[in-house]
Amino acid sequence: MATRLPPVDVVLVGGGLTASILGKELAEAGNTVVALERGKMRDTVPDFQSPTMHDELKYDVRYGLAQDVSVQTLSFRNFVGQRPLPMRQLGSFLPGEGVGGGAVHWNGQTWRFQPEWFELRSWVNERYGEDFLPDDVTIQDWGITYDELEPYYNHFERVMGIGGLPYADGDVVIGGGNPFEGPRSQPYPNPPMKQSYSGALFEEAAAGLGYHPFPVPSANMTRHYTNPFGAELQPCMYCGFCERFGCEHYAKASPQVNILPFAMASRNFEMRTHAYVQRIEWDPVAKVATGVTYINAAGEEIFQPAGMVVLCAFAHHNPVLMLQSGIGHAYDPETRTGTVGRNYSYQTMTGVDVFYADGRNINPFMGAGALGTAIDDFNNGSMDHSGLGFIGGGYVAAYQTNGRPIKYHPVPSGTPRWGAEWKQAVRRHYNSTVGLTFHGSSVPHPNNYIGLDPTYRDAFGQPLGMLTYDFPHNDRLMARYVTEKVRDIALAMGGDEISVGWLDDHYNIVAYQTTHNTGGTIMGDDPQTSVVNRYLQSWDLHNLWVMGASVFPQNAGYNPTDTVGALAYWAADAMLNQYMSNPRPLV
Amino acid sequence: MSQGLSRRDLLKAAGLSSAAAVLPGGAQAQVPVQPAEGAVHAGHAQPETEGLLFFFNDEEAQFIEAAVERLIPADPEWPGAGWAGVLYYIDRQLAAGYGAGARMYLDGPWVPDAPPQFGYQLRQSPAELYRIGIAETRLFVRERSNQQEFWDLDPGGMDRVLQALESGEAALPSIPSPVFFETLLANTIEGFFADPAYGGNRDMVGWRMVGFPGAYAAYIDVVEDHGVAFERRPISFADQQARQDHIHGH
Repeated sequence: MATRLPPVDVVLVGGGLTASILGKELAEAGNTVVALERGKMRDTVPDFQSPTMHDELKYDVRYGLAQDVSVQTLSFRNFVGQRPLPMRQLGSFLPGEGVGGGAVHWNGQTWRFQPEWFELRSWVNERYGEDFLPDDVTIQDWGITYDELEPYYNHFERVMGIGGLPYADGDVVIGGGNPFEGPRSQPYPNPPMKQSYSGALFEEAAAGLGYHPFPVPSANMTRHYTNPFGAELQPCMYCGFCERFGCEHYAKASPQVNILPFAMASRNFEMRTHAYVQRIEWDPVAKVATGVTYINAAGEEIFQPAGMVVLCAFAHHNPVLMLQSGIGHAYDPETRTGTVGRNYSYQTMTGVDVFYADGRNINPFMGAGALGTAIDDFNNGSMDHSGLGFIGGGYVAAYQTNGRPIKYHPVPSGTPRWGAEWKQAVRRHYNSTVGLTFHGSSVPHPNNYIGLDPTYRDAFGQPLGMLTYDFPHNDRLMARYVTEKVRDIALAMGGDEISVGWLDDHYNIVAYQTTHNTGGTIMGDDPQTSVVNRYLQSWDLHNLWVMGASVFPQNAGYNPTDTVGALAYWAADAMLNQYMSNPRPLV
Repeated sequence: MSQGLSRRDLLKAAGLSSAAAVLPGGAQAQVPVQPAEGAVHAGHAQPETEGLLFFFNDEEAQFIEAAVERLIPADPEWPGAGWAGVLYYIDRQLAAGYGAGARMYLDGPWVPDAPPQFGYQLRQSPAELYRIGIAETRLFVRERSNQQEFWDLDPGGMDRVLQALESGEAALPSIPSPVFFETLLANTIEGFFADPAYGGNRDMVGWRMVGFPGAYAAYIDVVEDHGVAFERRPISFADQQARQDHIHGH
């Protein structure tokens, strides 16, 4: 029998970025808030300290800051009908574990989505006609527009201290920034990062081909910065230990540095660690959530009653919690009905390496998570898809983020995988190679969804979440089209040879691709095709809300964090100004 | 950046097992153990752990020592995985949490012949995988080479065995040989390039070979010097001076 605790106004499931945002906003407004984090407390001091943070093996190879899958993992299969098997080690994506979640070990690449992404179905129908796509491309509108979200993007970017170069200031074109982005109400709060050698080589070739290069918007600080709450950040040192690492320099925006201290300053807020949430409790008659049940560090089952429950777990875990709690209608891929777990999407990544003559000294170890030069000429809203047979697109960048040699030792295609010839190639190419990344969008497909596994269970005896995913045909066409363009840029960069990493196989759970998992509890304007409404409020239980990338109806050709943060502030605004004084369905 | 190895570097080859360490220039040397300068403080003696094996027995160690040197062999310029101490790196990994599968999901049922996109699907922890993989590969070799051990084969012979493991042609009784091979290859690359504090990458040889400087805290002053040759000696995060520099740099 679970121990029943005194009730709180709000319980947040998770202790990462969105929980930190909501914790601060809701607690400051006078609500008692408890965040339940499965991992431990983590902070710059004492956890992310130099020089021991500069340990590639511990953090990049053994994933020291990421989820422990021995406790809870997913099962996986490519298609309905295939036998799902558990993900026994992390690989394709790296959810965080511990306070701050994935926003501790992220890179800081902070992109807005183009306006077209938010009304994608309407935009495609209007621009290309209703018959342009086959009916297995289940894109839909978000129920919110870019213009509605823009003030929240703007606020989040100020909270995080994003550095970048705007294309325009109002109607006045400045130049140098991204000409394909949506309008900004204010410029970035900080200037862009310095440019790496790889970025300069890419910029020269891309500009020469008529494209529009610009510095990637970055949450690695570019100067001393004080955010609107009073958080003090320091300039990035370009140390090259960013992605997969915590920042010792107070230079990478994270919940710990930018937001959480101001939540913790409120007596109304509690971060409760080592709390593994099992399920959301709810009343089917009153149609409200009543709280959550979790397992604490002693292994005891605890019921935390709450007036409001907000799911702030990692993207694929929000739908898993709803399925384990029996809330809403589980998506069924056979009948294509139900909503919970539907429209799981990912990211479509390819890359091209450019190999220069020995002695070029690219110095890939001089890096930062968001140190890159990009073009956005092949994103969805930047190009004409007429006659191409697909929708979507993405940006192309030369990032210089992670020149650490266990994981980074590029060699040309056809090089043996070991032995003397491999060793010579590694020595020869480590410091004279530039990698280009295509960061492509991902459309939903009826085959791709989150369910519950029929066989495998977690350490608490609950069914594992089950991921069914393969790259849709649309995205394979899209990746082929853009990767050919990237190849042409690579050929213009003046190297001796290039290697192209085409997308030509099944999705696999082994190789790292991105931690940009989306969908499963998507937002929308119709309860038949979405789990939450435009305010991220559950259609089924009005006091249950869902944050994070699991609400994306499809994934854009950008990194998700800026949109995740903006949506959390948008939802917090709706909670505080529309919902809490009169709890009800807002739509 | 210093290229090749000095006499002092050669002396640091000390501590490897009796398996002949292949040194630069093809030299074969067996150098007695010399305690590193300053490694033992008077009146505060630490046990000497260099050369100790925590996981492998001597025969298993001979197998690993020979195999990793074929995966990353010595060449005229740079030593291989044997000299770099990759054996000791793998030994320590397998004796600790990684070997026990501490952060792996190992519940059944298991489907060892799953397609590659599913990743690792065996019941064995990495430590168990090595024990079985070494024993069954040795048997595979003995049956085909007139009872010779793997490490007694000539380099070409060892390479052919490793290729048979890699391709799956070597049908081991208890495990898929490619899983053993890929684990060994990944761990060998780790041991060649991980911080020397983990027991491999001796004298930062892997880092010096490619030009990776290790645990420096900042490149802000040089990141825009495109093409500059960065010639400072690499540093380990275990280096006392590096730790002091990091602390004082804040």
